[in-house]
Amino acid sequence: MLAFLFRRIVAGAALVAVVATATFLLLNLTGTDVARNILGESATRSAVTAKSHELGLDQPLVERYWHWAEQAVRGDLGSSWFTGDPVGQSLVDTLPVTLSIVLAGLLLAAVLSVALGTAAALRGGWVDRMVQLAAVLGTAVPSFLIALVLAVTVAVQLGWLPATGYVAIDASVTDWLRSIVLPAVSLAVAATAATAMQVRGALLDVLRADYVRTLRSRGLSTRSVVFRHALRNAAPPALTVLALQFIGLISGAVVVEKVFGLPGIGSLANSAAVRGDAPVLLGTVVVTVSVVVAVNLLLDIAYGWLNPKVRVS
Amino acid sequence: MTVPLLELDDVVVEYPAKGRGGKPFRVLHGISLTIAPGETLGLVGESGSGKTTLGRAVLGLAPVTGGEIRYGGRAVSRLGKRERRALSEDIQVVFQDPFTSLNPAMTVLDILTEPLLVTGVARRDAEQRVRTLLDRVYLPHDAAHRLPREFSGGQRQRIAIARALCRDPRLIVCDEPVSALDLTTQARVLDLFTEIQEATGVAYLFITHDLSVVRHISHRVAVLYRGDIVETGAAAQVTEAPEHAYTRRLLLAAPVPDPDRQARRRAERQKEAAS
Amino acid sequence: MTAVDVEPTPRRDRLPRRTLRDPLAAGCLAVLALVIAASLAAPLLTDYVPDHSVMADTLAPASDAHPLGADGVGRDVLSRLLYGGRTSLLGGTLAVLVAFAVGGPLGVISGFYRGWFDAVAGWIVNVIMAVPAIIVMLVVMAAVSQDLNVAMVVLGVIMAPMVFRLIRASVIAVREELYVDAARVSGLGDGRVMRRHVLPVVVAPSVIQATQVFAVAIGIQAGLAFLGLGKASQASWGAMLGDAFTNIYNAPVLLLWPGVAMGLTILASSLLGNAVRDALGPTGPRPVRKRRKRVVRQSAPAADVPADRLLTVEGLRVSYPKPDGEKSVVEGVSLTVARGEVLGLVGESGSGKSQTAFSVLGLLPDDAEVTADRLAFDGQDLLGMDTAALNRMRGHGIGYVPQEPMSNLDPCFRIGFQLVEPMRTHLGLSRAEARSRALGLLERVGIPDPERVFRSYPHQISGGMAQRVLIAGAVSCDPRLLIADEPTTALDVTVQAEVLDLMRSLQQEHAMGMVLVTHDFGVVADICDRVAVMRGGRIVETAPMRQIFAAPGHPYTRTLLASTLDGGPVRGEPSARPGAGEPLKGMTS
Repeated sequence: MLAFLFRRIVAGAALVAVVATATFLLLNLTGTDVARNILGESATRSAVTAKSHELGLDQPLVERYWHWAEQAVRGDLGSSWFTGDPVGQSLVDTLPVTLSIVLAGLLLAAVLSVALGTAAALRGGWVDRMVQLAAVLGTAVPSFLIALVLAVTVAVQLGWLPATGYVAIDASVTDWLRSIVLPAVSLAVAATAATAMQVRGALLDVLRADYVRTLRSRGLSTRSVVFRHALRNAAPPALTVLALQFIGLISGAVVVEKVFGLPGIGSLANSAAVRGDAPVLLGTVVVTVSVVVAVNLLLDIAYGWLNPKVRVS
Repeated sequence: MTVPLLELDDVVVEYPAKGRGGKPFRVLHGISLTIAPGETLGLVGESGSGKTTLGRAVLGLAPVTGGEIRYGGRAVSRLGKRERRALSEDIQVVFQDPFTSLNPAMTVLDILTEPLLVTGVARRDAEQRVRTLLDRVYLPHDAAHRLPREFSGGQRQRIAIARALCRDPRLIVCDEPVSALDLTTQARVLDLFTEIQEATGVAYLFITHDLSVVRHISHRVAVLYRGDIVETGAAAQVTEAPEHAYTRRLLLAAPVPDPDRQARRRAERQKEAAS
Repeated sequence: MTAVDVEPTPRRDRLPRRTLRDPLAAGCLAVLALVIAASLAAPLLTDYVPDHSVMADTLAPASDAHPLGADGVGRDVLSRLLYGGRTSLLGGTLAVLVAFAVGGPLGVISGFYRGWFDAVAGWIVNVIMAVPAIIVMLVVMAAVSQDLNVAMVVLGVIMAPMVFRLIRASVIAVREELYVDAARVSGLGDGRVMRRHVLPVVVAPSVIQATQVFAVAIGIQAGLAFLGLGKASQASWGAMLGDAFTNIYNAPVLLLWPGVAMGLTILASSLLGNAVRDALGPTGPRPVRKRRKRVVRQSAPAADVPADRLLTVEGLRVSYPKPDGEKSVVEGVSLTVARGEVLGLVGESGSGKSQTAFSVLGLLPDDAEVTADRLAFDGQDLLGMDTAALNRMRGHGIGYVPQEPMSNLDPCFRIGFQLVEPMRTHLGLSRAEARSRALGLLERVGIPDPERVFRSYPHQISGGMAQRVLIAGAVSCDPRLLIADEPTTALDVTVQAEVLDLMRSLQQEHAMGMVLVTHDFGVVADICDRVAVMRGGRIVETAPMRQIFAAPGHPYTRTLLASTLDGGPVRGEPSARPGAGEPLKGMTS
């Protein structure tokens, strides 16, 4: 188990490094005159050269990359080209917002998908039909469209929940909850839909399995057969889908944060992208990929715990 | 003795280990046997004995890592893809599972003409040939335009036999071709195998786990146990008075449909096991 | 030998036609056709240039001049909607084309040849899939181009792994099929195998996947435009939503048109994919779970039952509802089992022998219709029982030994737990009592190291061991009747003999009644007291075991016995060999 964990952590770190390098090259290879962009059209040529020098842009690419990587490993992700704010601090400020809505969405998706998938598999008939149809629609409609609809109806028209803004959890738990409900729900729809279909399918397969019939032949109650044995067997494939959906959840968060005016990583990345602020954009990439790697690692551990074949061998 | 049609000389099959540094998994440890033209060699073994792998090695579907397989005196175990394809004219196969060995999306006609069309036979001639083949396996001509799923297990196995016969092979590897079939069907399909052999002089490598099947169809029998041949001999001798302890165990373990003989067999087996 | 009869069945329609018969699918196609037509005909339907803004028209309501009004900077909403459709459709199409152009061939090669190529491709795919798509798009649009079409090409690359995985998995599945091996042996090269056997299987899932990629791409493109990325001159539904969003308090109606257009396009596309999937397989809505329909037609008086009678089955019928009427699999079976008696239920596949056995246990699938004149176990009516009573009966009164050992143990739980659970339920044992009883049982069924097996997971033990574990489980709560469904068919011959010995000795030790379902007359001769021969859902003959072999009464029984190969003549020397002298064909080439 320890060896497995170690291997996964090393692989995860390698993944972050590869993505960071690729992003760095992509952002720095383009021929735009960054200093001119920052200072505007009216700046003098010498001012532009000075700015370029200040940002280290006059150095060769390899050297700049080495410099960045060396600092990044020590935890320093540089400063914004435009505001001069340290990237690390901006990330620390914005990460809790994104994590709040994304993890709440993941949790919501996990719970709802098990409930819906189980209901569809066990009930059959119109319940099954409805869940299937809802799942097709849920997977297809982009989360920001759902967010817009929720914002207009629940927040603006009905006024039940705040339309914009974020309240930190240490300021007020209730207000924090109120501020993340709508974003989390919008994000959770697609993940719920995809995972529920997986739960349904896996559960149907398991319920048709020989060992379920044998368990029933031993006189075990339906409750024990379905909720102890069948769901446990259906969980690993559902978990795999959930892990994939989590990445989609982060993608969705970038746009959903804008709808609900949340100062998260997505908003940070968005403004950095619009301005062409490479250090900030790079920082957001490193952090989001790290979060994906970390969550996948946790889900992998859960997978191993659920699946004895992986665990024992 | 005439030149053997097929000769296995100390054949070893190993599958590479999973992951680095592991030992390769050796399925067959040095198998030697021969099949004469027109002969049926029955190959008996239990699960894990490597009998299917042996068949696949002859067909070029399993990696031969040691020894040599000779067909008509010529080494064939390490042929290039093109030469191997040329050999398909002589060596054919009938698999165990008649449900997965036929492409469900192709009609019987497509399945049967495919091996002919690859070699450049004209479509009209190929279709003519299919009619002969269907006669040979006692399927009606209109079967040609149906899909495999419209047939029962026994009928599908007939289609698989017809496909194997397409190009008049000299040797057919039969991998448990009747073990998925019902009792009555099984007997009829075995009779078909015998009849075809007598008419065409094709040789069979007949792989099975069932001693009574092997006795029914084989001239000679080889017994495979954990990747080694433990006994080879004439069918009557191996299936009635085996020499090797494992073959004897195999024989005594198979229940016979006769209460008195079965009672004796059980007693004998228990005596042997106790000793 | 005469030609074998083949029953013709009507051939099915091809996929596109089957899909179109679904009204929902036809509706989806109509919606998509409308969106495409409107986008293409945009210059004919409106005179406005979509990015031309007139300050005076800012937030103008719907009028003759602006049929759908004007937006926050005075641009005509209708024209933006129509031209925006072009952007969306083009973007979605670009993404689909790129995703399939990249992921398709790579998936085929990876799945077909495996090896190092597969390993490298798999690693790259994992890297791409670990990065959230929108973040990549933000980087690309910041670094390379603000053009939404360029972004969609990149999105196609990002989504290629989805296509890659799907196609690779389908190719691998086909590659392992025996018919592909057979094609190779027939002399087909890789190219032909791929064209004739592999690619046709990949087409349908690819169509479904394409509709999904299309829908997702349109959504992501709109998301990017909503965030304010993209060239201002490129009208798009996402940019319209962005503009509408800034005016959410003054003119919420502006959200409506682009929202509806995008929602409809996306829904139509993915519902179409779903309809194709439905047309592919029998995945229609499953029937509602029914209460068990076990009808007692008439309860015969119980007076005439002998005291040693354990199981009585009279007039048992089992059928399944099918689209074209009912399919009956058991048609009026009657049989009895006395205490301590072994009844062999013999027949070929489809004879209804297993269905009969499962009826006694109440373990048929939910849609089975079971009726009987009488179905009684040890004086109790099995048909009238509620689920709780039936559960008490199963395991405790009637034990079950399945056919396939490996698939009948729950892979997720240790063997010990699976043995202990029913004993605690039925016998009310404590954890420790149940454990020691389970260990004793494992030892009794001939497992050399009970402690180790108790702690093992099913995949850690052999098939023979697993069957012994299942037998231990079946007898763990001292049942009076054992139902064994081909208990040795899946085992090797040497293991089969030992397992038969075990069942025989357990049966005698506990004086259990037993119904042994089998197709093997050797097994019958070994263990049965009486035999019932089944064919086509009916019992054709019931007789004491020795009588079946000595003097079979029914012609079918005689046919079956004549088909057993055992004791038949051995084959002699190879006869005349017509082809033996000919040169070998493969050698001459």
